Amino acid sequence: MNGKSETTEKYLKLYHDNIDKISDNSAPYLNSFREEAFGRFSELGIPTKKDEAYKYTNLSLFFDHDYASYFIPDAADFEKAEEFRCDISDMDTHGIVLLNGFYPTINEKLRQLPSGVWIGSLNAAAKKFPEIIEKHYGKYAHTDTDGLVHLNTAMASDGIFVYVPEGVILSKPVQVVNLVQAEVDSFSQHRNLIIVEKRAEFSIIICDHTLSPKKFLTNAVTEIFVGEDAHFDIIRVQNEHNAACKITHTFIHQERNSVASSNNMTLHGGLIRNSTYHYLGGEGAESHSFGLFLADKWQHVDNFVNVDHAFPHCTSNQLFKGVLDDMSTGTFNGRIYVRPDAQGTLAYQKNNNILLTDDAKMDTKPQLEIYADDVKCSHGATVGQLDGDALFYLQSRGINKREARLMLMFGFAHEVIQNIKIEPLRDRMDNLVMQRLRGELSRCASCMVKCG
Amino acid sequence: MLVINNLKATISGKNILKGISLKVKPGEIHAIMGPNGSGKSTLAAVLAGREFVEVTEGTVTYLGKDLLSMSPEERAKEGIFLGFQYPIEIPGVSMVNFMKTAVNEHRKHKGLDPLSASDFLKLMREKKEMVEIDSKLANRSVNEGFSGGEKKKNEIFQMAMLEPRLAILDETDSGLDIDALRIVANGVNKIKRPDNSFIVITHYQRLLDYIVPDVVHVLYDGRIVKTAGKELALELEEKGYDWIKKEVENSILA
Ligand SMILES: Nc1ncnc2c1ncn2[C@@H]1O[C@H](COP(=O)(O)OP(=O)(O)OP(=O)(O)O)[C@@H](O)[C@H]1O
Ligand SMILES: [Mg+2]
Repeated sequence: MNGKSETTEKYLKLYHDNIDKISDNSAPYLNSFREEAFGRFSELGIPTKKDEAYKYTNLSLFFDHDYASYFIPDAADFEKAEEFRCDISDMDTHGIVLLNGFYPTINEKLRQLPSGVWIGSLNAAAKKFPEIIEKHYGKYAHTDTDGLVHLNTAMASDGIFVYVPEGVILSKPVQVVNLVQAEVDSFSQHRNLIIVEKRAEFSIIICDHTLSPKKFLTNAVTEIFVGEDAHFDIIRVQNEHNAACKITHTFIHQERNSVASSNNMTLHGGLIRNSTYHYLGGEGAESHSFGLFLADKWQHVDNFVNVDHAFPHCTSNQLFKGVLDDMSTGTFNGRIYVRPDAQGTLAYQKNNNILLTDDAKMDTKPQLEIYADDVKCSHGATVGQLDGDALFYLQSRGINKREARLMLMFGFAHEVIQNIKIEPLRDRMDNLVMQRLRGELSRCASCMVKCG
Repeated sequence: MLVINNLKATISGKNILKGISLKVKPGEIHAIMGPNGSGKSTLAAVLAGREFVEVTEGTVTYLGKDLLSMSPEERAKEGIFLGFQYPIEIPGVSMVNFMKTAVNEHRKHKGLDPLSASDFLKLMREKKEMVEIDSKLANRSVNEGFSGGEKKKNEIFQMAMLEPRLAILDETDSGLDIDALRIVANGVNKIKRPDNSFIVITHYQRLLDYIVPDVVHVLYDGRIVKTAGKELALELEEKGYDWIKKEVENSILA
């Protein structure tokens, strides 16, 4: 190993020390990827600011840290997780809890819902449905540049699995409550796989929470297959404390005429990096990538989007917004890549940000690589203050300045929220965002889940 | 009700209002006319509390209080309403939420409890009918994607909701079709009471057929250069502003 950073060395060692234990507990097919992924990771390493895709995001604060736990699974860990009980409250969803990256139930690790839908533990599914897993696992998480994806493939041993068979329309969403709770500083990695077959319709909500005030680092990869004519939505609600770092990599692979959307709602968190990859892999596919973040104090939120138009007549749309207070910082990096064959492409991108103070800072960068001729593409980015004319308009109707500012910020945020199709979730997001803007929200755990 | 005395104001150091005096009594309707760029909207902005206009001299007394020391929202709650020449679009803020907040702020100021959701919706419905505004507009974001005329009607709707004591309507008639003009004028006439007043800024005499002013002023180059009865509007319609400009120049030369 030549010239690796000390940090990278640390994770190489972590792998060597634990790979046997990890493999013992995992399904063979998951294990079959580990060595190669580890090789790729050892070439790429932990991303630094020298990597174009991480130019404004300093991961070292979290990756340099020595964690007391790396959640390398032990039979005992699964049992401990089993003791954990959590009810997902008032939203009408099929609920799953993931605790520190594990599915905290031994007896019912996989559940069958009406119409043949399966939800549950990826590791359990890999043992029970090898043919499905072999068709999809590791097929969509492609990256030549991000070592963290490979680190996840090398070491992750569990996560969420969802299988929606052909033609099945699941009217209730699945809600995953992703909890981190530990008495020591911890690093966890999990891996999700979601398969939505032909003509199926499905939506999933993933809520990220931290439950104890320790330093946490999470590196999660989600692979999603959206079959021909299928409809799929993923909504993430991130609400973690200031000492938590969350890194998500979401790969959405779409087939012909499918429609998929991703919506990242970042309410709170120390350092957040969401990479969302949309692969339009069949004619007539349509993808939407939405994101909203509210940051304050020293928080940093980084959204990275990669839209790959690989086939003709596809449509993509990106809308990301941020409100930055105090000395918080943010990054948006949106790439639109139109391959030579992808004629008739429509691709849109919009990134708007509001800086509430002089110390807050936002870097935004569109990246358009267009190799087809018949392409309609538009993009626009703004970084600015609240609109003074709009503020005055509200005040001139008797609304005090503080409230008027809140209304404008809320309106700004609502433009992203309104794209959530699940009405109760949309209303809840409106409320949470309003609370957050008023400074009343420390975390939404209490209203989302009841744990005991 | 309103006493403006020798008001002078600048925008970015440029003199725009050059000594305006005006008295509006309860129940009166004043029309202000004048060529483009003469300072009509600037005067309206000063009265509503827009910060970028700097008052350098003069006083404005409203209901016995020093208007210039009040914040825009205080002025609104004390009964001043500005119908904007160019209403602002506010994406993501619904008309309902906007008006509910505004109405309840007004009520709080008067020591009243906020309206219940159903009472509020009833009030909205009533006023919508009164100003004949399309019901759907009220379910959208504030002015977002409204046509020019719809925006103007929306100003009148907001005025009807807030029941001001002094409404300043800045070219609310511009861009309206004949029917909309009648509706806007009717809206004003329905709201009109012996104790409230209007300042109507307009370029067209035809609005004044519907809203009959007690006084017509001509603002030119930051000054009120002529004040007369409603017949002045007719005269302007016929002859334009040149004769007034000449009169002003002659009086300066004299
Ligand atoms: N924000 C601003 N910055 C600089 N100059 C301004 C600003 N607003 C107005 N002015 C100037 O002040 C002068 C008066 O403008 P104002 O809008 O008050 O005119 P008006 O009488 O309302 O005209 P119109 O009939 O066209 O509406 C104009 O010369 C205008 O260019
Ligand atoms: Mg004007």
